[in-house]
Amino acid sequence: MIEFRNVTKRYGAVTVLDDVSFTIPSGQFAVVIGPSGCGKTTTLRTINRLIEPQPGTVFIDGEDVMDQDPVQLRRRIGYVIQQIGLFPNMTVEENISVVPKLLKYPKDACATITHELLTLVDMPYEAYAHKYPSELSGGQQQRIGVLRALAASPPIVLMDEPFGALDPVTRESLQEEIKRIQRKLKKTIVFVTHDMDEALRLADVIIFMDGGKILQMATPEEMLHKPQAPIIKSFLGRHIEESGAKEGMKAQEFMKRRVHTVLESAKTLESIERMRKREVNSLVVVDDDDHYLGTVSIETIKAKGKAGRAIGEYIDTTTLTVNRHDDAKEALDKLLASTQNYVIVLNDDRTVAGIITRTSTAKAMGQALWGEIES
Amino acid sequence: MRELLNATGEHLLIVFFSMVAASAIAIALGVLAYWKRRLGSVIIALAEIVQTIPSLALLALLMIVFGLGDVTMGIALILYALLPIIRNTHTALIELPPHLIDAARGVGMSRAQRLAKVEIPLCIPMILGGIKVALVNSLSIAVMGVLIGSGGLGYIIYRGIQQRNMGRILIGAIPVVVIALFFDWAMRRLERRLFRHTS
Repeated sequence: MIEFRNVTKRYGAVTVLDDVSFTIPSGQFAVVIGPSGCGKTTTLRTINRLIEPQPGTVFIDGEDVMDQDPVQLRRRIGYVIQQIGLFPNMTVEENISVVPKLLKYPKDACATITHELLTLVDMPYEAYAHKYPSELSGGQQQRIGVLRALAASPPIVLMDEPFGALDPVTRESLQEEIKRIQRKLKKTIVFVTHDMDEALRLADVIIFMDGGKILQMATPEEMLHKPQAPIIKSFLGRHIEESGAKEGMKAQEFMKRRVHTVLESAKTLESIERMRKREVNSLVVVDDDDHYLGTVSIETIKAKGKAGRAIGEYIDTTTLTVNRHDDAKEALDKLLASTQNYVIVLNDDRTVAGIITRTSTAKAMGQALWGEIES
Repeated sequence: MRELLNATGEHLLIVFFSMVAASAIAIALGVLAYWKRRLGSVIIALAEIVQTIPSLALLALLMIVFGLGDVTMGIALILYALLPIIRNTHTALIELPPHLIDAARGVGMSRAQRLAKVEIPLCIPMILGGIKVALVNSLSIAVMGVLIGSGGLGYIIYRGIQQRNMGRILIGAIPVVVIALFFDWAMRRLERRLFRHTS
């Protein structure tokens, strides 16, 4: 467990951390995020005393870090940085076993650790242990950087934008790996980033900082639903729109407004004539006040219809309907689950607002994805 | 011929022992300069002043204190060798990438461990560069040894001058040049090999 209690850090007149307090329970993946200069890296470096809090106290498992020897403290906390920081004069194996050696583990224990860790990231010992960092790709180097931090099985690992300098594909695979490793080895990880994608993907809890203060500390879900400051909203940008789209789209946004209606009192031949003219095979039947009654299809009239009779007799009332303010997803679910080709959209007063067909759905989705489409 | 071999041997021995001592002292001073910034600028300034004293004058001064002989010559060589080695050591250390120092601190190395395991190993190519410059300088400065009763190739050259014998002068001078060129080449190769992983 990591606890910050009223931690402040000033450099001259500049306040980098301003009375910061929070607690990260053991086994949690905490992501600290915020704009440049918000104090996120300072927060991280205060945990292993690379920066000393003043005033304020940082506790690790209830012990004040200032009461501990900084060198001993750091050996018990994993540390990964953006620039990777592998020692270029040491081989992969030597880099991984740096901390175990500092802790005076026996030689064969160091070798076993290197073996196990390299297996964990799918880099065979025989192929990689004796290479120098300069012989590895950036992604491989940072894998080794992470392994070096894990080598002495520290319960806490600090990561300062560890994947920031990697290409997107490598970054994603390393994110998956670190999440898997964290779950498997049950580490407490404090991870600094400025990338909200990364934060949402990895975090159990997100700590959002700005100007040396914590603006919000919440689970990813909670932050998405209730961002507590405009800057958090702008960081979430794309993600809010996405989730907004899922919930906010109404049936009316998917519907076609031009609906071919016919009065219930219309005669069968007149209706067929109208369908022929409009090139449709069914019509929406309404009463004199424009209220929706049902639909009538050309097949029904042809099969049962008699010339001169009002179509009111042949109405199909089983046609699917939705209210225009219903969730679009509901309408689509109905449409896809049935064998029908359309859903009628009604206004609150049960007059006809529009129609959702399979074609109009595709068009609306296309517009949502790529903007206005010419029809 | 025998005289030449003896003189060359003496010459190399004086230079060798002076360089070993100078390297040890200068690397230590370079590290000190790296650790203590203010003291560092004083150390480097002093080494620079020593460098500007003409070798004849320095030898005369040292002779007054230490008398005649090889020891005095050795001390002069050490003094002249300090600057290039201190400066290269110090420059290499302060120019190490800060993230490596951060990583070394972050994994829990003490200051001495950082120096021994990371900083010095990474600076070795540049330190060797300093030693190379000092060594090549020393080979030619050691010729002056004849003036304060020390041996070496200077003795042969000096005899040649006294006898106005150009051949003798060259017999003394050419080995100095050849040895200097050889060490320059050999050290360069060594540097290049060591640079492979550290750059």
